[in-house]
Amino acid sequence: MPSNLVIRLRQNFPFLTALALFCVVYFLYHLVHPRGFSSAVLVQNGDEVFTLAMVAMAQTVPVLMAGLDLSVGALMTMVDCFASYLLSGAAEGTPLSLHLGGLHLALGTLPGGLTGIALGIVICLAIGALAGLLNGIVVVYGRIQPIIATLATGAIYIGIALFLRPQPGGKIDDDLNWAMTNSLGEIASTVHIFDDGAAPWFASFAWIPTSFVLLALIALVVWVPFRRSVTGRTIYAIGSAEGAAYMSGLDINRAKLAAFTLGGFFAACGGLFLAIQTSSGNADIPQAGAYTLNSIASVVIGGTSLLGGAGGAIGSIFGALILRVISFFFRIFDIAPLLQPLFEGIILLAAVSIGALRVLRVKNTLELFR
Amino acid sequence: MTAISALLTPSRDDRPILIAALFIVAILIAGTAYTWERFGSVPLLSPNYLLQQLQIGAFLGIVAAGMMLVILISQIDLSTPWTLTAAAMMATSVGGAWAIPIGLAVGLIVGTVNGLGVAYLRVPSMIFTLGVNAVMRGLMVAHTGGYAPDTTATGLMRTLASGHTFGIPNALFVWLAVSLIVVIILQRMALGRYIYAIGNKEAAAYLAGVNTRSVTVICFALCGLTAGLAGVLLAGYSQKAYQGMGDAYLLPSIAAVVIGGTNILGGRGRYLGTLVGVILIVLLNSVLSIMEMPEAGRQVIYGGVIILMLLVYGRGERVTS
Repeated sequence: MPSNLVIRLRQNFPFLTALALFCVVYFLYHLVHPRGFSSAVLVQNGDEVFTLAMVAMAQTVPVLMAGLDLSVGALMTMVDCFASYLLSGAAEGTPLSLHLGGLHLALGTLPGGLTGIALGIVICLAIGALAGLLNGIVVVYGRIQPIIATLATGAIYIGIALFLRPQPGGKIDDDLNWAMTNSLGEIASTVHIFDDGAAPWFASFAWIPTSFVLLALIALVVWVPFRRSVTGRTIYAIGSAEGAAYMSGLDINRAKLAAFTLGGFFAACGGLFLAIQTSSGNADIPQAGAYTLNSIASVVIGGTSLLGGAGGAIGSIFGALILRVISFFFRIFDIAPLLQPLFEGIILLAAVSIGALRVLRVKNTLELFR
Repeated sequence: MTAISALLTPSRDDRPILIAALFIVAILIAGTAYTWERFGSVPLLSPNYLLQQLQIGAFLGIVAAGMMLVILISQIDLSTPWTLTAAAMMATSVGGAWAIPIGLAVGLIVGTVNGLGVAYLRVPSMIFTLGVNAVMRGLMVAHTGGYAPDTTATGLMRTLASGHTFGIPNALFVWLAVSLIVVIILQRMALGRYIYAIGNKEAAAYLAGVNTRSVTVICFALCGLTAGLAGVLLAGYSQKAYQGMGDAYLLPSIAAVVIGGTNILGGRGRYLGTLVGVILIVLLNSVLSIMEMPEAGRQVIYGGVIILMLLVYGRGERVTS
């Protein structure tokens, strides 16, 4: 009878593998980096990985239910475009209006200053969650397979993004951009707390990149409680055996709606950060597609089974980190840029094929078909 | 009489095809009304215009034919974009008489690799083909230096893609040939029965003695082959191969298959549906471009139509046990 700990280790083996792999490659990265183990490098890496990590978390939720969300990249892009209007931080406020053909609709004015920015962020996240909910509604009440439903809604979101930003543009408040894409110390000095970040006790935290803190916060405050709730457990149950979950009296529909809404929220966080980071909005269709595909890769590398029911969003964060760190290495080792896509592809293929080694251990061929 | 009653009470597999066909007629009527109102002409009803649209649709149709085989065994091939591009690039860079065989061989090899990975390693096709797509992209970027190669398509490729025979585009004949082969496989060969069986329940097909692994490999190989063929033709049509030429074919081909009534979970669907799905998407695109619809509205309508069509006939069953 294996002990509780052994069972837990065995269950989390893919996640722990991803975690260990990340620790090793990231440690190596800092060792060989000329300015390794410095706050500047951490900040840069954090900024580059945040959006993908959020999109990967968004992708995890439907994958846990054995579905796939092809709209995460598009949803992220749409929120990115909304943010480029809502977070300009203009002192006199931002008038909101809708122009559709000859139709003009004034929707009121977003106040200027910090209130306006906070409100803008809330609106952006709400738009993302709403779009996620729409995905859920189509899947639950339309009874359309998630992969196809989100293929269609993804087109709609990209359409809205293009409508908002036919050309890249817009503006994000400079202070917001500076504070969010740097270390904690810069936030303190921007909003003038803790003696502008010079307080002695604060010094030992000041180097931590804001993006990492945000990631940890979202994971701990949003994902972990969700996973432990009945709704969260229902999602795992749906992924393992939907019929059994239904027969056990779990509210499947509510769990699915919640799951897609949460996915939309995560993707919106990613889009929001991308807008803040690039200080503009860009309805870039190839980029949206690349984010969707990379999110699937991150989820798999992070130890979540595409068959559903096993894994988690925290693993996907590490999956995204591993995927990005690999491309960081190219910069250091001066690998010809032309060969980089090839290496990325080979590593991805190798990573998923190693997971396939379980096939060799299966004694009953029937166990392969699931 | 039986024909009429069959039309009124279509079977489960025919209903989507019928509704999609009606939708095509609706698109044609709406588009014609628009052009008549706006320009006083009816280009949508002229055979030449329709043939030209179908010629462009042939590339999508060929990709969708292969994609359907893979979807029928409840897998998916996401490597299509760069399989198509790689085939086009290799064909143009080899040139001469070997251009087309090399292009097709590239598609066949990539498809076989996909099939081996899915059938023997049991990696979910979603992620394995994604990896293969990334590798092909890497190989082509390394091969071409990240730019469009300056080699051009051979004369035969151009003739096949944009030439006409008896006033009908040659590409349509190629599409017709591919369609015939797929129909024969699905309707007349044991392989077709195996494909549907695997899509319904792979374990059952295995227990019934079907060599599920080789059927899976064959489906992926054929899907790669059609992507390669489409790449060769597309290179012929646009005179050369270029980066990202396959990007516009992945999602529309999946959409065409599904709109045509094929179950995305496999095991159900007729080829005629895929054909109708392709024509629907092509005509929708052409009407929207006649209306000078900006890309934004086009994407929204495109997504809306897919959802609408599936709401009408693509709904899954309620989970009750």
